[in-house]
Amino acid sequence: MFKNITLGTVAALALTTSTVLAAGGGDQQIEDFAFSFEGPFGTFDQNQLQRGLKIYTEVCASCHGLKYVPLRTLADEGGPHYSDAQVRAYAAENFEVFDAELDDYRPAKPTDHFPENNDAGAPDLSLMAKARAGFHGPYGTGISQFVNGMGGPEYIASLLTGYTGEEKEEAGVTLYENTAFPGGWISMAPPLYGEDVEFDDGHSNELHHEAQDIAAFLMWTAEPKMMDRKYTGFVGVFLLGLLGFLLYLTNKKLWAPVKHRKTV
Amino acid sequence: MAGIPHDHYEPKSSGEKWLHSRLPIVGLLYDTLMIPTPKNLNWMWIWGIILTFCLALQIITGIVLVMHYTPHVDLAFASIEHIMRNVNGGHFIRYLHMNGASLFFIAVYAHIFRGLYYGSYKAPREITWVIGMLIYLLMMGTAFMGYVLPWGQMSFWGATVITGLFGAIPFIGEPIQTWLLGGPAVDNATLNRFFSLHYLLPFLIAGLVIVHIWAFHTTGNNNPTGVEVRRTSKAEAEKDTLPFWPYFVIKDLFALAVILCVFFAIVGFMPNYLGHPDNYIEANPLATPAHIVPEWYFLPFYAILRAFTADVWAVQLASFVTGGIVDAKFFGVLAMFGAIAVMALAPWLDTSSVRSGRYRPMFKWWFLLLVIDFFALMWLGAMPAEEPYASFSLIASTYWFLYFLVILPLLGVIEKPLKQPETIEEDFDAHYGKSDTTPAE
Ligand code: HEC
Repeated sequence: MFKNITLGTVAALALTTSTVLAAGGGDQQIEDFAFSFEGPFGTFDQNQLQRGLKIYTEVCASCHGLKYVPLRTLADEGGPHYSDAQVRAYAAENFEVFDAELDDYRPAKPTDHFPENNDAGAPDLSLMAKARAGFHGPYGTGISQFVNGMGGPEYIASLLTGYTGEEKEEAGVTLYENTAFPGGWISMAPPLYGEDVEFDDGHSNELHHEAQDIAAFLMWTAEPKMMDRKYTGFVGVFLLGLLGFLLYLTNKKLWAPVKHRKTV
Repeated sequence: MAGIPHDHYEPKSSGEKWLHSRLPIVGLLYDTLMIPTPKNLNWMWIWGIILTFCLALQIITGIVLVMHYTPHVDLAFASIEHIMRNVNGGHFIRYLHMNGASLFFIAVYAHIFRGLYYGSYKAPREITWVIGMLIYLLMMGTAFMGYVLPWGQMSFWGATVITGLFGAIPFIGEPIQTWLLGGPAVDNATLNRFFSLHYLLPFLIAGLVIVHIWAFHTTGNNNPTGVEVRRTSKAEAEKDTLPFWPYFVIKDLFALAVILCVFFAIVGFMPNYLGHPDNYIEANPLATPAHIVPEWYFLPFYAILRAFTADVWAVQLASFVTGGIVDAKFFGVLAMFGAIAVMALAPWLDTSSVRSGRYRPMFKWWFLLLVIDFFALMWLGAMPAEEPYASFSLIASTYWFLYFLVILPLLGVIEKPLKQPETIEEDFDAHYGKSDTTPAE
């Protein structure tokens, strides 16, 4: 994610950047997708998040939930940034929630969360992009993640593109071979084949692009304040750097008469 | 206050005198801030301020987090997400707190190894050292319980494994474990008591920090030469020292600003780097994660815990001698706590009359090896418990004990120390030049 962060001290480690991150648990293949939000200067691509939301709504939502994500945050700056009216319409059109007061289901409002969904035994996706990671090597040192980022979105995109087409039955469950999934066999049928959704902006809906768009969207659901956070980080680094510089000068001046007494 | 002779606070105005005769608080602050400090302190003496800052940071961010956190197994995880998504600035406060723990431990390890190299633990600073070790233990307890609060998978399983260690104690282990957990397994009762203690312990740490500072303000700071400040007269003491304010305050603040700059870069740009992805999955007692790994700052001692398996002869011997009471699991627990205990006993294990490692030609190398050993253990603690890591862990753990129990006592006898400077002033002048005729180095 944070390609080429070197923070000065470990510039040399950048040499270990590789396009294909090697095995996580030994046999996982996680491709290093390039995301717009990588690195300290990276930002979410609003259009990509909107495309990702569409994929989520039309494909993933039938099995997965996003229970920690309030629908209203779809209007947030630094997120998909829809208008309030669009969010209201989206919520009402796509989701029903159970209202304890009415004792019945009603169309969702922006103040509701995305519904949770356990029907297919699929995990909630709200935090998936932070709950998975890429290659933590070499030799368990985490250097790769320091340079390339934690690798959650890369993992998700690799998972969606990593199906080999092989299937097997085990204890009544169909398993699908997947090169990114730990152990190699996952019970989720390939959810995307390419051309699963039509984008309003005419963006490519080839499998690779779709996988990347939904992964970016899930990074946003996992870390909706990423842009705020980086901004605060910059302000902090800048102010502390300035303070440090001033203190450096103060310290030098303060100690000068003590350290070089003969020059005074 | 005993110690290095220096000017004390004199109330001047009638108001100051009025207060001073009733509550000498200004005098206390003055004496604390103006304490004579060896002027040759190097950059390894900044960690105390960093640590004090960390404690304050953790307490302040922690108090804010508590306002929004819910200590209940069904709600804790969601309340963290509430902080991350809905609370103003919540995501940053939480990341500060999360990474603040790491900064805290980086600083404490630097501080401890500083003490080990320059012999800061030796007489007359044994009490400072032992209190420091108590602070370190409390820090570990606090950090461990804090990590349980988000109620993620690592929270839950880390708590299960670590409290399970107490279960390894013969006879009384299981009742102790049940008592700690508030039930047969990690559950709501555990979460609640950990929350309560996680809030309490930092204040105990703060109390011990005051005692720690009191103790070394009584003995005076150690310094890179290990030579004591001359204290027969104020004039002589002033040749060796400078007042803490402003000289060391400004120096330390400069260091703090630089370190915080890096810290903010980590929090702003890669706040989850030091964490474990599994902790973003809500705790599930039915699904054990593939690898249960503690936070990085526990790894060296976790490696020692795991190193002593049933096929190690020392373990077999202990088991045989005690009639099976000390099994491999209990031995591991003893080794882990023992590793910290031997460190706390360093003042009495080190027989050398020379304080600073600078003037100890053999010690230097063994110390360097100890530092390498520490990092090796840290790495091994994160590796799976299989060959070749198991053997490496055993070797590295053994060296840890060897250093404190054999090398330190022995070196004092066989080592021929180098000549130390007579005074701190001499050392300082050798670096920075003397006032009149002698040219700078
Ligand atoms: C037919 C139902 C179904 C659909 C549609 C579906 N999933 Fe899944 N998904 C599952 C199930 C079941 C699992 C659990 C798989 C397992 O653990 O073997 C899963 C697991 C996952 C995982 C976790 C893999 C891991 O590392 O444990 C991710 C990520 C994921 N799905 C993403 C998606 C995305 C993105 C979409 C939409 C493009 C999607 N899924 C659509 C059923 C589905």
